[in-house]
Amino acid sequence: MELDPLILSRLQFAWVIAWHILLPAFTVGLASYIAVLEGLSFFTGRDIYLRISAFWIKIFSVSFGMGVVSGIVMPFQFGTNWSRYSDATANVLSPLFAYEGLTAFFLEAAFLGVLLFGRTLVPRWAHFVAALMVAFGTLLSSFWILSANSWMQTPAGYEMVDGRFFPKNWLEIIFNPSFPYRLGHTVVGFYVTTAFVVVGVAAWLIRRGRFVAEGSRMLSMTLWLLTVLVPLQILLGDMHGLNTLHYQPAKLAAIEAHWDTESRAPLNLFAIPDEQNETNRYVIQVPLLGSLILAHDVNGEIKGLKDFPRDQRPPVAIPFFSFRIMVGIGILMLAMVATSWWLRWKGTLFTSGWYLRACQWIAPLGFIAVVAGWTTTEVGRQPWTVYGLLRTADSVSPSLTGTDVLISFAGYMIAYLVIFPAGLYMMARFVKKGPDEADDEIEEIEGGRPGLPVRALPHGEGANRS
Amino acid sequence: MTALALDFVPLWTLILGLGVCFYVVLDGFDLGVGILFGFAPDTDSRNMVMNSIAPIWDGNETWLVLGGLALLAAFPLAYAIIIPAVYFPILVMLLALIFRGVSFEFRFRDTAHKTFWDHGFTWGSTIATFAQGVVLGAFIQGFKVDGRHFAGSSWDFLTPFSILTGLALIAGYGLLGAGWLILKTEGDLQDWARRLGKRCFLGVLVAVAVVSIWTPLMDADIAARWFTWPNILYLAPVPIITAILALVEWRALSGKAEALPFIAAIGLFLLSYLGIAISLWPMIVPHRYTLWEAASSDSTQAFLAVGTLFLLPVILMYTGWSYWVFRGKVRSDIGYH
Repeated sequence: MELDPLILSRLQFAWVIAWHILLPAFTVGLASYIAVLEGLSFFTGRDIYLRISAFWIKIFSVSFGMGVVSGIVMPFQFGTNWSRYSDATANVLSPLFAYEGLTAFFLEAAFLGVLLFGRTLVPRWAHFVAALMVAFGTLLSSFWILSANSWMQTPAGYEMVDGRFFPKNWLEIIFNPSFPYRLGHTVVGFYVTTAFVVVGVAAWLIRRGRFVAEGSRMLSMTLWLLTVLVPLQILLGDMHGLNTLHYQPAKLAAIEAHWDTESRAPLNLFAIPDEQNETNRYVIQVPLLGSLILAHDVNGEIKGLKDFPRDQRPPVAIPFFSFRIMVGIGILMLAMVATSWWLRWKGTLFTSGWYLRACQWIAPLGFIAVVAGWTTTEVGRQPWTVYGLLRTADSVSPSLTGTDVLISFAGYMIAYLVIFPAGLYMMARFVKKGPDEADDEIEEIEGGRPGLPVRALPHGEGANRS
Repeated sequence: MTALALDFVPLWTLILGLGVCFYVVLDGFDLGVGILFGFAPDTDSRNMVMNSIAPIWDGNETWLVLGGLALLAAFPLAYAIIIPAVYFPILVMLLALIFRGVSFEFRFRDTAHKTFWDHGFTWGSTIATFAQGVVLGAFIQGFKVDGRHFAGSSWDFLTPFSILTGLALIAGYGLLGAGWLILKTEGDLQDWARRLGKRCFLGVLVAVAVVSIWTPLMDADIAARWFTWPNILYLAPVPIITAILALVEWRALSGKAEALPFIAAIGLFLLSYLGIAISLWPMIVPHRYTLWEAASSDSTQAFLAVGTLFLLPVILMYTGWSYWVFRGKVRSDIGYH
């Protein structure tokens, strides 16, 4: 069997991005949560917020470190495996990537050190500012990278010369048609994902009967937040869907497994798409609902896949199922939030064992929803890297052999299968310890500043000759 | 826009040059600290060695991302040719950096596997350094190009010359790391760093000499650049100042100076860097494309230049502030435990 560098490069990219996206899915939300906690602690002066914050900062520091190292891999993928894509799109996309580095990465890196190790080295307000800056950095990073990704989905503001893209209007490039929806839907998705992790950890702390005060505060705060965010996320998802219908009809047809163009279209709840015969098997569908949801009009026309030449259709089964996984998790989350209102009203939110257990079970589902959503949009973009203009097959580096990519793919697999379980294990240990011992592990790395009391030093006599 | 009439290539050459320079010096010293970490005598000193860079390594490594992205943004043709040509060294570097990066957190948390993460840190640092040196060597030698693509094989990078530059960089980063440790530690640990620094320095000396002889022999253009009249006169200060700095470095390592070993090591790096730049100017894909031929569109360079000229000083300011917060000697009773 001939090894195909194209397929292997795609698998390798899917592998490194799928693992990487789990970390921003967590750190974007957590950075903001920590900034809020630091702010509450700063303005109210209450210790409980400090304890909760210090607890999450430890977990944040592990996940952020993993996000950095798995993130450094990403910009090099474009060069190593997708050099023709880089050559074709660099004039338009590279400034967006570079601005991500310039505005976000340095901000995060510089203030992270202070956030992690500097609590007693800088004034309290400066530590709070550091927390704000790290959170702001993660949001800036999301802004630029999602702008670039959206441009690949809905390119705008460019002209093509000799098969390469040239910029014409930077505002149109950055704020391309799908960007506002993708940014909103992704960032809120990240927040929701993090919030359910916090809810799960809080529920576990309460059930164990240790750190009940901290756990209850986390649970209550976060469920209020989710009361706003989960419905908002469903609304944003719907708006994003309308945008996709307009700009990427083939992707939407694949998501819904619609083969024939029709108005008053049904909604396929379940089906096994059969791409060979251009039909679905084992269909469970609701009449009219497809047009109603997708076009917001019972008579709305939904384009079918048969309207597109076979070589311009995305795979059908993958986006069809990944989309349903994402939506299913969303509905489950909404049910959890609604239940919390009822329990709050009864006054038993912190004592309903079954609900707290359910909170623990749902904690990791946000990550699955994020990866499922990402899979839907990226597989749905196929067979293009730049939608309708540059084929994935024409994007891969010409010099690569299948063996080359097989070796690198194996390398990334082994590395990530060591790193990610190890990181998860470490974060789980922090959770087990609870918020109480938050401060005994990370303390400040401190330079010997003249005038500080001399402490025992293993080498020399503790003189501070700096 | 009138800005579009300007030639942004010199500016971007400068920015890219500065970015790579910052990366090499900053991540150079903390990769070097990682290399020396493996030779530290006991757990206490290993903790100190690692804590000396724990708050800042992440920022240092960010310059690598910036360097890669600046190359992509300003000279995309060079990026599209060079990066696939060094497919395996880049892969090895990235995998090594992954293990090294997570070791900071993991070795203090996962005490059951501390030895594993100790090895991950020191081998990760060493292998990443070697891989970067190999990329440098392969770059100096040049690539087989067809039109806008790299046309060779993914194994072309592997030559005696690139292996030599790989080993040379290990010695070089080791020297920078020793300089940093001399600055940040005291007593026995500082003496230890001085001893290792001397060994690295001898390695650097041999490497610089061999590369300086080998490169002009390998490449007639480079020989002409350095050894024809009047270039030989204008360029003579580069080797002369290098020799003087080498002498200063040796005396600083042997004496009591705490900051000078680090400063002189940075100076040696900058001069070697300048030497390579002089050899290759104005090519960005050696023997094939000049900086101007590989440049991105004017609009791209202009759009990014506006933000970069504003952001770079700001970045340097708050990066400087974070170094200032953690200034002075590192101590073992505080930090990761």
